[in-house]
Amino acid sequence: MATPTIDSPRSGRVSPGYSRTSSSRGNFEMIAWLFMRLSGAILVVLIFVHLYINLVAGDGITGIDFGFVAGKWADPFWQVWDLTLLWLSMLHGTNGIRVIINDYADKNSTRMWLKGVLYTATVVIVVLGTLVIFTFDPCPVIDGVAHVADYCPAP
Amino acid sequence: MSTETVEKEPASKIDLGPEVAGGEIPTFDITLKVRRYNPEVSDEAHWDEWQLTMYGTDRVLDALHKVKWEHDGSVSFRRSCAHGVCGSDAMRINGRNRLACKTLLKDLDTSKPILVEPIKGLPVEKDLIVDMEPFFQSYREIMPFLITKGHEPTKERLQSAEERDRYDDTTKCILCAACTSSCPVFWTDGQYFGPAAIVNAHRFIFDSRDDAGDMRLEILNDKEGVWRCRTTFNCSEACPRGIQVTKAISEVKQAILTRKV
Ligand code: HEM
Ligand code: SF4
Ligand code: FES
Repeated sequence: MATPTIDSPRSGRVSPGYSRTSSSRGNFEMIAWLFMRLSGAILVVLIFVHLYINLVAGDGITGIDFGFVAGKWADPFWQVWDLTLLWLSMLHGTNGIRVIINDYADKNSTRMWLKGVLYTATVVIVVLGTLVIFTFDPCPVIDGVAHVADYCPAP
Repeated sequence: MSTETVEKEPASKIDLGPEVAGGEIPTFDITLKVRRYNPEVSDEAHWDEWQLTMYGTDRVLDALHKVKWEHDGSVSFRRSCAHGVCGSDAMRINGRNRLACKTLLKDLDTSKPILVEPIKGLPVEKDLIVDMEPFFQSYREIMPFLITKGHEPTKERLQSAEERDRYDDTTKCILCAACTSSCPVFWTDGQYFGPAAIVNAHRFIFDSRDDAGDMRLEILNDKEGVWRCRTTFNCSEACPRGIQVTKAISEVKQAILTRKV
């Protein structure tokens, strides 16, 4: 009777889930890591000044209305401020969620789906937000009727 | 003729109270619960439990021995030195990764069952034995050996005490896998190099005699390399050699950054 051959259990076999297959994408992960820290440091300033100006300074939260926002966005300084805040926090948040997906999803297909939803949401919000900041009209004319507030120039 | 007077060793300062009689070691009863798995019998793992009377000087490894030698010889686990040197018997004891041979039973809560499971994140082969091959594969990939350029020196390769001190901490690794198998990133993604591979790369990257630091940094700059570390500190807490694992990983990150940026 032929002796059955048993594969040596220690013949350099590594379970497939453990072998690193896909090649590395250059320095991407390093840049992403660095970006999280740099954008985080900048976000501290952007966020807290944003919160202070909107919620504490002047009339505080009772002062926030359409006019308050319109007034801020009439000033290029706050336009740039809010644009930076939007882009940095969106990219920072998106990368943070990307890392969390990598950490917690255990199937490649799940990862792909979740990241697809994530990136779509990010693009939509960033594009929409940017458009709003630059095309915002504090004194819109709707159906030929000018919605004039006291801060609008006389028609 | 004069002989130097040899100072007598000072008497022991430890005062054993009168209640401790010589040679008497307190005993206590424990419940040991071991996670059992045998793929030849069932695909399901289950818990087995034993009541044991153990001594105050006993470790979890002694309890496992008692079970294996006196109750159930089929209980399987790795151990070799039994003195915290070989790194064979890392296991999850009461939810924490430790060496069974360095964990005294009296230091655990003996009023509750003591839970012993295999380390997480590596395929279980039987009971407490896991497949360490993926772990060692990552270890091999960082080239854990001295690589030098140029000719052999005519003397030994000299190194100052300060240069030696630079990587002293990471020379202490015994490759037990307690760190890697405590890392939540490794649990869901076994492709991550893991803390132990980074610790052992650190040992050579910061060795002044070694010339392949750049190559090792490049290997760990992989998307499954150091950047997957989330500074959870599980590894530093798990290491039975007290290696500052998270610190070593940060130093490797720093080295990659200062080399690239
Ligand atoms: C206040 C300023 C902020 C600082 C200093 C900061 C800093 C950081 C840092 C350093 C990380 C990386 C952590 C790691 O790699 O383990 C991180 C992660 C993350 N950040 Fe921020 N961040 C800030 C604001 C924000 C904002 C406004 C958002 C939301 C848009 C956000 C969302 C995230 C997410 C989702 C992660 C990933 C979670 C994690 O790593 O555990 N952060 N943050
Ligand atoms: S670093 Fe510590 S926990 Fe990790 S393998 Fe080495 S000795 Fe074990
Ligand atoms: S048996 Fe060698 S380290 Fe525990």
